[in-house]
Amino acid sequence: MNIRALPLYATIAIFLLAYLVCYLQFPAMLSTRVIGNLLTDNAYLGIVAVGMTVVIISGGIDLSVGSVIAFSGVFIAVLLRETGLHPLAVFALLLAITTLFGAAMGGMIHLLAMPPFIVTLAGMFLARGAGYMLTIDSVPIDHAFYETMQRAYYLMPGKGRLTLLGGTMVASVILGMILLHRTKFGTNVYALGGGEATARLMGVAVGRTTVLIYAFSGLMAGLAGIVFSVYTSAGYPLATVGVELNAIAAVVIGGTLLTGGSGYMFGTLIGVLTMGLIQTYIVFDGTLSSWWTKIVIGALLLMFILLQKGLLRLRLSH
Amino acid sequence: MLLSTRDLTKSFPGTLALDRVSFDLKAGEVHALLGENGAGKSTLIKCLTGAYRRDSGDILFEGEPVFPQSTLEAQAIGIGTVYQEVNLLPNLTVAENLTLGHQPTRFGMIRPRATQALAQEMLAGYGLDIDVRRPLESYSVAVQQIVAIARAVHLSGRVLILDEPTASLDAREVQMLFDVVRDLRVRGLGIIFISHFLDQVFEISDSLTILRNGRHIATHPAADVDRMQLITLMLGRELAEETAVRHRPEVTGTSADAIRFTGVGRRGRIAPFDLTVRKGEVIGMAGLLGSGRTESAEVLFGAVASDSGTVEDASGPVDLRNPRSAIAAGFAFAPEDRKTDGIIAELSVRENIILALQARQGWARPIPQAEQQRMANDYIARLDIRTPDAEKPVGLLSGGNQQKVILARWLATNPRFLILDEPTRGIDVGAHAEILRLIEDVVAQGMSILVISSELEELVAVSHRVIVVRDRQHVSELTGDDVSPDTILRAIAAPHTTLEAAE
Repeated sequence: MNIRALPLYATIAIFLLAYLVCYLQFPAMLSTRVIGNLLTDNAYLGIVAVGMTVVIISGGIDLSVGSVIAFSGVFIAVLLRETGLHPLAVFALLLAITTLFGAAMGGMIHLLAMPPFIVTLAGMFLARGAGYMLTIDSVPIDHAFYETMQRAYYLMPGKGRLTLLGGTMVASVILGMILLHRTKFGTNVYALGGGEATARLMGVAVGRTTVLIYAFSGLMAGLAGIVFSVYTSAGYPLATVGVELNAIAAVVIGGTLLTGGSGYMFGTLIGVLTMGLIQTYIVFDGTLSSWWTKIVIGALLLMFILLQKGLLRLRLSH
Repeated sequence: MLLSTRDLTKSFPGTLALDRVSFDLKAGEVHALLGENGAGKSTLIKCLTGAYRRDSGDILFEGEPVFPQSTLEAQAIGIGTVYQEVNLLPNLTVAENLTLGHQPTRFGMIRPRATQALAQEMLAGYGLDIDVRRPLESYSVAVQQIVAIARAVHLSGRVLILDEPTASLDAREVQMLFDVVRDLRVRGLGIIFISHFLDQVFEISDSLTILRNGRHIATHPAADVDRMQLITLMLGRELAEETAVRHRPEVTGTSADAIRFTGVGRRGRIAPFDLTVRKGEVIGMAGLLGSGRTESAEVLFGAVASDSGTVEDASGPVDLRNPRSAIAAGFAFAPEDRKTDGIIAELSVRENIILALQARQGWARPIPQAEQQRMANDYIARLDIRTPDAEKPVGLLSGGNQQKVILARWLATNPRFLILDEPTRGIDVGAHAEILRLIEDVVAQGMSILVISSELEELVAVSHRVIVVRDRQHVSELTGDDVSPDTILRAIAAPHTTLEAAE
């Protein structure tokens, strides 16, 4: 068996086990309605985690994404309020901006040989600040097209609704899977995570790949921002503080090695759903404080870090 | 000629690493490149593969001058390299490693089956039966090494440079690798082979080129040279006409108060060996680079924990699990590469000297400033360390003085057993003599010392007995009148068969 896939199997097993526990206690949890809501409620997190997975497998980190989501919401809301642009045009403009923003961070990481942590930390402050420059208030979005998007869904068997937002997330994950596992770019991402010096010796265009990785993360953060603005019908510069950390947690729980070089896009989807499941359980229970979500996620993270360390030992002794 | 260099010269600040080296590689031959540390082997390789830019001279590929600026360009010209540390990505699959950069695609998507088929095709003829879909790390270093060769041959296809490819392989894996190399030779590749293992060099090579101090010394067909001639060429000395005069004082200690190492060793690094260290004794250790000298010292000091055997002294077992317990037991070790393992360049002479003593005492009980000052000044005077004052950063001193600071550091802990790995490398003649004199002084006070050195005269001058290490084994021990450069050289060079009889 492929030892690198073990964390993925562990993730899937834990998710199924958790779902089983939920089902035994609340049989209603096993319905497409709950699944549909799980996808919708975690759509923006799942989308941003797709970008984060690529970044982390390459051995990097992107701390800017939470701020970029908030900036996106504000940007959309303000532009729709101030101009007569159609939302789709605003979306295109926004995605171009966030993609370029990510590409610029990737370029700095490569050209200045700076740690991604510092560069994207600067990006985090910049994006948050740019959001404040546009407005300091929560700006409601009131547009007919938004209502159409919110109402759009596909009725699954069992009356569950796969909304446009949930569908966008699933599509993003599939796109991420293709990109990571079926393109030269994806192989280069793994190569960078395995060792930058060796990757360069083997002919990987390290600079171009780094720029593309962070550009992709910026694109996904912009898309997550659009989804989040549809989900909340507003733009608020103080929104989604700390979402970058949730995304990192989802990626790690999804079985991706935080040091890079190893992981699967599908695992990230399971990681996001596991985190969502915990929240859903707490809602169903009704008596538990929502802080329990954080405690369980913390425990899960710790478990996965230990699991990865154990696997590393296993590989070394091999 | 497939690949030649003409008067290749490369200098670094302070040293001439390559001095007008001319070298020829024919198609269909395995050409060994030999020399001790600093001989210029790796500089030559790096010039050939584009990692370094030469100062002057020509590199000719099939008679045409070439100017590789990077490994990739060298590869495009036809020169591929496989290093000791496998230069592939352990986290990717075998197939991905082989095909990285030229995966078969359709509409921008990698075709997994075609990739695997291509990988299998690249591996055909190497005698490997492995699943190319598994991560590279799930296979042994030998297999990884062959995969690296397969990639290099596929991408460059004319010249293959093997830089210490067998360093971490066992005997069976070496044969596996050599089978591959022989096949490639038949296919007409020119192969440059670098290894410290002379048996392997003689087994696989057609020609030998010896470098020393950046100069080309000799090139011979392998069949025309024997081990003795080869080692003489590498070390750059003729057999001594007469034995150097030795008048060593008698060892004061008895075997009763000795430190006895029985069967200590470490699998893959140094075969188990016995060693009895008496008080006031200097033991020399001789052998070629990579023969297991440093590995022995690391085991003796606990830097690499022994996986067998016992260590005892007069008062019972000695704990040598790690350097910390070794220091507590009164051991000290001045390693070979003082720049990376020894001095801390930014700290002052005083701070470097008290470092080991302070570490032994524990940081909770600092040595008083005045006491530090006194000790530093004492050692600066005793060892004649040339420094304006004790507060000068050690990095600013010359090599010989840095070496003396390290000696002072360990002497300050007043050890009973001091291990010196190449104590005189890279220092001038004056400092050299002073360090040898110092060794005699401390031994007279009852300290025991193990000296590892490539300089045979030096070993003969200071040692009571000399242990010869070869191919990761202690192969012989010379005592009394047998301790001479001549006998040491013979012991280093002795072919495998006679030595096994001697054991």
